[in-house]
Amino acid sequence: MTTENNITKADVAHVASLAKLKFNDNELEKFTGQIEDIIDMVNTLNEVDTDNVKPTFNVTDQFNRMREDVAVRSGDKEALLANAPDTENGFIRVPAILDESEEA
Amino acid sequence: MKFFDISVSELHQKLVDKELTVTELVSQTLDQIEADQKVLNDFITINRTDALSKAKEIDEKGIDPDNIWAGIPIAVKDNIITKGLKTTAASKMLGNFTPIYDATVVERLQAHDVIIIGKTNMDEFAMGGSTETSFFGDTHNPWDHTKVPGGSSGGSATTVSAGNSIAALGSDTGGSIRQPASYTGIVGVKPTYGRISRYGLIAFGSSLDQIGPMTRSVEDNAALLNIIAGLDERDLTSSDKEVPDFASKIGKDIKGMKIGLPKEYLGEGIDEAVKAVIQEAVQVLTDLGAVVEEISLPRSNYGVAAYYIIGSSEASSNLQRFDGIRYGYRADDVKSLEDVYVKTRSEGFGDEVKRRIMLGTYSLSAGSYDAYFKKAAQVRTLIINDFNQVFENYDLIIGPTAPTPAYAIGAEVDDPTTMYMNDILTIPVNLAGLPAMSLPAGFVDGMPVGLQIIAKPFDEETMYQAGAAFEKATDFHQKHPEMEDK
Amino acid sequence: MNFKTTIGLEVHIELKTNSKIFSPSPVEFGDQPNANTNVIDWGYPGVLPQTNKGVVEAGMMAAKALHANITKTQHFDRKNYFYPDNPKAYQVTQADTPIGTDGWIEIEVEGKKKKVGIAEMHIEEDAGKNTHNPNGYSYVDLNRQGTPLIEIVSKPDIESPDEAYAYLEALRQRIQFTGISDVKMEEGSMRVDVNISIRPIGSEQYGTKAELKNINSFNFVRKGLAFEEKRQQKILLAGGEVRPETRRYDEASGETILMRVKEGADDYRYFPEPDLPSITISDEWIKDVEAKMPEMPGKRRARYVNELGVTDYDAMVLTQTKEMSDFFEAAINYGADAKLTANYLMGDVNAYLNDQKMDLQDTKITPENLANMVKMISDETISSKIAKKVFKAITQGEEPTAWVKAKGLVQLSDPAVLTPIIVKTVDDNEQSVADFKNGKDRAVGFLVGQIMKQTKGQANPKVVNQILMKELNSR
Repeated sequence: MTTENNITKADVAHVASLAKLKFNDNELEKFTGQIEDIIDMVNTLNEVDTDNVKPTFNVTDQFNRMREDVAVRSGDKEALLANAPDTENGFIRVPAILDESEEA
Repeated sequence: MKFFDISVSELHQKLVDKELTVTELVSQTLDQIEADQKVLNDFITINRTDALSKAKEIDEKGIDPDNIWAGIPIAVKDNIITKGLKTTAASKMLGNFTPIYDATVVERLQAHDVIIIGKTNMDEFAMGGSTETSFFGDTHNPWDHTKVPGGSSGGSATTVSAGNSIAALGSDTGGSIRQPASYTGIVGVKPTYGRISRYGLIAFGSSLDQIGPMTRSVEDNAALLNIIAGLDERDLTSSDKEVPDFASKIGKDIKGMKIGLPKEYLGEGIDEAVKAVIQEAVQVLTDLGAVVEEISLPRSNYGVAAYYIIGSSEASSNLQRFDGIRYGYRADDVKSLEDVYVKTRSEGFGDEVKRRIMLGTYSLSAGSYDAYFKKAAQVRTLIINDFNQVFENYDLIIGPTAPTPAYAIGAEVDDPTTMYMNDILTIPVNLAGLPAMSLPAGFVDGMPVGLQIIAKPFDEETMYQAGAAFEKATDFHQKHPEMEDK
Repeated sequence: MNFKTTIGLEVHIELKTNSKIFSPSPVEFGDQPNANTNVIDWGYPGVLPQTNKGVVEAGMMAAKALHANITKTQHFDRKNYFYPDNPKAYQVTQADTPIGTDGWIEIEVEGKKKKVGIAEMHIEEDAGKNTHNPNGYSYVDLNRQGTPLIEIVSKPDIESPDEAYAYLEALRQRIQFTGISDVKMEEGSMRVDVNISIRPIGSEQYGTKAELKNINSFNFVRKGLAFEEKRQQKILLAGGEVRPETRRYDEASGETILMRVKEGADDYRYFPEPDLPSITISDEWIKDVEAKMPEMPGKRRARYVNELGVTDYDAMVLTQTKEMSDFFEAAINYGADAKLTANYLMGDVNAYLNDQKMDLQDTKITPENLANMVKMISDETISSKIAKKVFKAITQGEEPTAWVKAKGLVQLSDPAVLTPIIVKTVDDNEQSVADFKNGKDRAVGFLVGQIMKQTKGQANPKVVNQILMKELNSR
């Protein structure tokens, strides 16, 4: 791991595509600069020796918190659909999905 | 009726004694909020009709003398979900979003007959420290309208500071309650992680977010925490620890209390005038019998970097649900599914939110996870260890809440790295999940400065004890901005 | 050049819990679109997941059933991707700490037994369903969103399409016996993705994998893999290279068809789910779950042989499906003879199911009715010949004891009733008596036939034989 930092516009555009965001050229320029600065700042973490340090992903004092397997009907179908931008016959409607590659 | 010189329990007594009806109280509160809204812009939604009808209901039912919150109007940050009441998180993305359920804290307020007076302005999705990233415009600091009120809970801080609301709820992911409390001269508390259910808080950084009370006094603050804290089956990270009376130690002296003052909190980057205010506060506490000693939190300086990676990574995932499909904003003129996603998100989010999504997505992406996300989580462990070590010998840790007083609107909005450093003193607390308070400790050039008191996990009582002792020995909390009393 | 085939299977199994994995919405199918959803299933702003303990326990049962190690401390992870049926744009799954690791199941192909390793199994949430319409829109139904799944990933131990088929059969059988899932491919409660690669024998390095997605039956898995094996061999023999592809099996042509070529790995940005505390599984909890777990087929088979006197072969057939095994046990609990019940299940019942193309649970045959019929055979209330008629009746849902009575089909076994009929028949057939005396055994058969005719087939042949022989010998 090095502290060198060469975030390119192409990197930023790639990350944007993962996040489903799009920037025009000016924005891309600005964001690349800003993200470079932020990455410079966060790269100071490399000064800290973390060998054999366990990461902390959560600070809750709880564990084994679970719900009993009891079903409850919300009765919220109509209210949920009413908030959706586009619906038809009880379905949420979206422009046709062309890429069927994603499957659970 | 401005709430500058009255506590919740005093107001409650007036309602019990029928000196004032709930309807009068709510109506006057609404009037003064609306009168200042043009100047302060501290609300996104004012809940006039519903608040008045609730007030009438409570008047008809009568005030329960054992419930000091009955009929008291409070303001709620607009990232806390309210059923039937527009909740925007100050984003165009949710500009017209009306939730169909209530946050757990909202249910608990309502169970105590608290009246929600409105939804306060904030940084978009709570990302920012100035309330300038709101889609609904800047909020102005009541002490100086050219200055920011801090953020992200800037609207909640402002309405309390201006005396227009007696209390408000905020949320704190990296300092978003404490820093605006410091900038506006009020009491703001971020409780221990897990103390209050997050169910119904629009998530920013799930492992960091906590809801907390913002009030004019320490006593009111503890009283508000009393009714919203505690286990919730809908938030599995909420703690099952017993909820004490948070005010139980208020009024007890602090003789012999051991308080650590981290040298890093009075180091580089901290305004000299702010340091002076804190030194005076140390003197006050010492005079009250506390033993204040210099300590060290050696890794705290890395908190900002760790926080921006962890918070942004969690946010990048939490905010993916805003995709224009099930609720909220959808871009016009979308021809394909990709358009729905990309146009909606590019138009619906503001720049600061996009920056964090980008940083978070980058930190989690293939090849970056170990170097960024995991590294930050490891540094987080070390920061927690630093606190644990200090707390072996000390009851509390104190320091400034923010490196400077409130700054001018517009000064930092396009300079993210400078803006991020404003949170350097509040962030370690969120990383460690600790409870902390900011309370008025003095002024620099006429602007308030807050003292931060940090306690052990789930030891809010000691934090309130010390805060109340300090408050009693000083008069900073009695000062208030010059607001016209309507 | 000869090749070695390596097959990997990823099997998704839908768990039959009352409620979803992270929300209390019911797990039910066939309802109106979005009827079984709530704000959590829709990924509303502010909602949080609430782990269903029943799903964790089902996962533990699966791990036990597949001889896997249960991971002591577990957490969930988020898998991030945008898709209309994925409301949060992340799936909550277990990437880091799967609930079970390093398991195995035994398969048998052409009499050869083999252990197939299971790399890991993890619990996760299912997505909703998109329906594509040629009108330019897709329609999203979130009823399935949050249905609990367990994904089971095999080790690269499977070396032929027949082994893959046997693996799926064995996996389905074992999971079915735990009762955690219906494991029905046709209903989507079992879904299979396979990958296959080949390499020249002797080569250490695995070949490039092709994936087959969304295959509808075990048989198509076998056929698809067989086609793929040949397709890849042809490519390699022609000096070509197999590409990393996702393909689907076309049922009409029996061929696999390219869906897309994979370009680099997808970037799912996995990270630990911060909204859920970790889960620690104690030995005590494992014991509790084991106690709740139904007996696995191997144990049942041994018990049938050792305690109930069923033959090895019969015991194996009876434990092919949990349905049959449970039915068998229920019937003998009603007091039916085990061996006779086994004979009927494997004979008449199986023939009936094959004939009707039905599952046992969809017929009108109940364990109680079958048991009552078997008991009547055992105590000679009916003959096995009459039993054929009775069996037909129980497939129509008739209660056999009442039905037999109503139809007057009770077997005649009372000597006091039978003796006068037999004496009269012998009296009426002097020729047969003479034949019998002359050593012609056929005469006995003729006489029995006459007696059965007289009694409309209801006479107990055993009793008839006894009395008749006595009568003949006395003359």
